Amino acid sequence: MESTIQLLFNGISTSSILLLIALGLAITFGLMNVINMAHGEFIMIGAYSVYVTQNMFALMPDAWFEAYFLVALPIAFVVAAIFGLLLEWLLIRFLYGRPLDSLLATWGVGMMLQQLARTLFGAPNVAVTSPSWLNGGLQFGMVVLPYKRLFILGMVAVVLVLMYLYIYRSAAGRRMRAVMQNREMAGCLGISTRRVDAATFAIGSGIAGVAGCAVALLGPIGPSTGTYYIVDAFMVVVLGGLGKLIGTVAGAFGIGVTNTLFESWTSASIGKVLVFAAIVAFLQWRPKGLVAMRTRSLD
Amino acid sequence: METEGLGGNADTFLRLEGKGGDCEMRTAAIRFIQSRGTVGYLLIAAVLFSAPLFISDFRLNLLAKFLSFAILAIGLDLIWGYTGILSLGQGVFFGLGAYCMAMHLKLASTNGALPDFMSWSGLSELPWFLEPFHSFPAAVLLGLLLPAALAMLLGYVTFRSRIRGVYFSILTQALVLITVTLFVGQQAYTGGTNGVTGFREIFGYSLSNPDVQMVLYWITAAVLIVVFLFAKWLVGTRFARALQAIRDGENRLRFIGYNPDIYKMAVFALSAAFAGLAGMLFVLHVGIISPSMMGIVPSIEMVLWVAIGGRGTLIGAVIGAILINAAKTGFSEAYPDGWLYFLGALFVIAVVFLPSGIMGVRDKLMALVQRRSERNTKQLAEKGGESIGANGMDSVLRETNR
Repeated sequence: MESTIQLLFNGISTSSILLLIALGLAITFGLMNVINMAHGEFIMIGAYSVYVTQNMFALMPDAWFEAYFLVALPIAFVVAAIFGLLLEWLLIRFLYGRPLDSLLATWGVGMMLQQLARTLFGAPNVAVTSPSWLNGGLQFGMVVLPYKRLFILGMVAVVLVLMYLYIYRSAAGRRMRAVMQNREMAGCLGISTRRVDAATFAIGSGIAGVAGCAVALLGPIGPSTGTYYIVDAFMVVVLGGLGKLIGTVAGAFGIGVTNTLFESWTSASIGKVLVFAAIVAFLQWRPKGLVAMRTRSLD
Repeated sequence: METEGLGGNADTFLRLEGKGGDCEMRTAAIRFIQSRGTVGYLLIAAVLFSAPLFISDFRLNLLAKFLSFAILAIGLDLIWGYTGILSLGQGVFFGLGAYCMAMHLKLASTNGALPDFMSWSGLSELPWFLEPFHSFPAAVLLGLLLPAALAMLLGYVTFRSRIRGVYFSILTQALVLITVTLFVGQQAYTGGTNGVTGFREIFGYSLSNPDVQMVLYWITAAVLIVVFLFAKWLVGTRFARALQAIRDGENRLRFIGYNPDIYKMAVFALSAAFAGLAGMLFVLHVGIISPSMMGIVPSIEMVLWVAIGGRGTLIGAVIGAILINAAKTGFSEAYPDGWLYFLGALFVIAVVFLPSGIMGVRDKLMALVQRRSERNTKQLAEKGGESIGANGMDSVLRETNR
């Protein structure tokens, strides 16, 4: 019983990171019909931002060091968002509506970003010292819930609420949804679709940067940290469908939890195969994913 | 929309209803012989076959490896260039073929004893499903059929529920990830991370003997040419027209009474079989197959070969595979860091600036030369005060119509 609860908790914790990563992917794919394979590298950029912030704070008085992680979060968001903005401006905007081409081109960008990280920080993984207030955990009988993972869960919840407010309760979010539903019509009504695209892409990248902070808390980080998560994150998008926040949330928790459970019941490799089979089986029933935007267009 | 400029839309559909049938193969053959490019193809074939005469054993081995990659590229071109389906999973099919051949060579090299990696993992006897690999024909057959069957299966469950475009690509990439995880995890049967290696002979001939390598090179070159000719014939058939129609407008094809799923499954299986074939030849030349050679990164690099060469042109795929791999061997050892930047940039360049690859550049250059020579003759004609040429006549007609 205890072990099942522990497993479930770990599954939910993994899912929450997956959710942060998939959020940006789902939004940019739904809005611009581009696939950003370099998304994983934004995670890596976020993680290295934490690492750099930590090294800066190490030069300051010890008392301040404890607070570095809280400072690192917005920094990671901003740095990743700036990279996202640059990528959108330099490349993505030429590839709207060409998902397969954007997939290949951004893969190349991802390779270059990884190599850049290797040049700047070296190929070996680096470790981030988590602040002491995140060490230890809550104990319920046999079950230990580490503070780190609880903190990540809380962080994801905050991001999710902010995203909800942005998408469904703000003027900018309304514009975004309008462009997502009908780009031409939104443009005709005076919405600058270019600016909506750029802003959305930057926000999606920034969230991936925040996900990078979570990844940095859990283990060593390296230039190829992002690739480890990216395929799963794409599966979340495929499973969850496009256009609604709730689909991505459900997809992330579906994949994260089943992944953890299957892997503990069988072995890591067989578990992955089973999850894949389950996803493909699910897609037989709902090819467009859990939540699909209704449309009358054929393609 | 991502296949813009790769062939006329309406044209594809018109040709679909054209004559087909028995005489197709013969006319295709005649067309091939009469086509202007034949001399070029014969020249390339001659160079390929005489290569052992003027390059070193080491380079010959590399070239043989590239040729096996070219076989895979042809299959990938059929499914991506002609059908518009981007498979990021060719590495899996390549790996399956390679593992089949490697397993046979391993079993043949141990003289009945259990392969080393199996005994290390605590197996006491050969699992039943690896028994067929004692036989060479069975191994080759499995190396073709296993990838094709896997592709059929994945095609069946995806194409039938109309999962297409980028969703399909992502699923194939996930397939790569789980296959690699599975192969690493099942160490007792696959050799784990190290893969299968350490075999020395085929049919009793030593694999390290230069003469044997030369024969294997010729076999690879011959297989490549056969595969190329087969693909060349295939793209002239009605089957390939249906494939192009899927690329240009799948729903339209459905509405005129075709079932695109069957065509897609068939071409996916065919490309997988080509990849398996390439994998088998690859093992003969390289002497090792490990999960890292079938992973996500190699699989997407395979797509780059076709993209750079020119999707939708078979010879482009071959040229792309050989060129990129030659560049990789040449540069990556001297400048490993620079090479990765370059490779990354190539993806961007291929998509943004060279959507139809090297072959597209060649076509553009040829069109440019032709236009220039036409302009020159026209100028000459005008100077000579000749009567209205063909173009002039056109404009006159247009004037009168107005």
